[in-house]
Amino acid sequence: MIFSIVVQAPPIQCQGAETALRFARALLDAGHSIHRVFFYRDGVHNGSALTCLPQDEVSIPEQWQALAREHKLDLVVCIAAAVRRGLINEHEAGRYKKAHWNLAEQFELSGLGQLVEACIQSDRVVTFGGRS
Amino acid sequence: MILHTLNQAPANTACFQSALSAMDEQDSLLLIEDGVYWALPAYSDQLASIPGRVFALEADIRSRGVGNSTLECIDDSGFVQLCVSHHKVVSWF
Repeated sequence: MIFSIVVQAPPIQCQGAETALRFARALLDAGHSIHRVFFYRDGVHNGSALTCLPQDEVSIPEQWQALAREHKLDLVVCIAAAVRRGLINEHEAGRYKKAHWNLAEQFELSGLGQLVEACIQSDRVVTFGGRS
Repeated sequence: MILHTLNQAPANTACFQSALSAMDEQDSLLLIEDGVYWALPAYSDQLASIPGRVFALEADIRSRGVGNSTLECIDDSGFVQLCVSHHKVVSWF
């Protein structure tokens, strides 16, 4: 089956992003395919390259990157949700005249149309929420 | 035939009630994350009022120490299988 995953939970403070990551691995282990992982609302923080954790803690953003590299996953971060939370790529840094950017490799910024397309293309869409 | 997931603890009763009101006997409820606290004995009446089957994610049950023999515990691959066997998945959070 074709799955898409929506992550609305940030990588810290609640468990949703970790659950989504475990679910994604279980999907791939079972032989299903993942059409897209769409990061929305506070879930956009999963795409930050500047998350720094103590050595004995697991970095969720790095885990997404590793999984994406291994399985060629399409990790899409909602652009409108991202830029207002200070998560931008080089292109947006130029547009908003910022000196720095922080979107991690493997992630890309795009619009809600990518979520609509994922819903159309996928047999199942599973959302992992935080509290807001 | 819908799979509902719930990740909110009993402190958020409204979330549980919303999920409950959207369910019928064909549906299933999967308790995940803090939602597994609904497996505590104090909430057995509410859990029994759910029309469909009730599952809980084993890792979350174990990490919170809220074992309940009446609940069906499943692992991550069981979660995937439930997604396949139901027509769609609705997440309550």
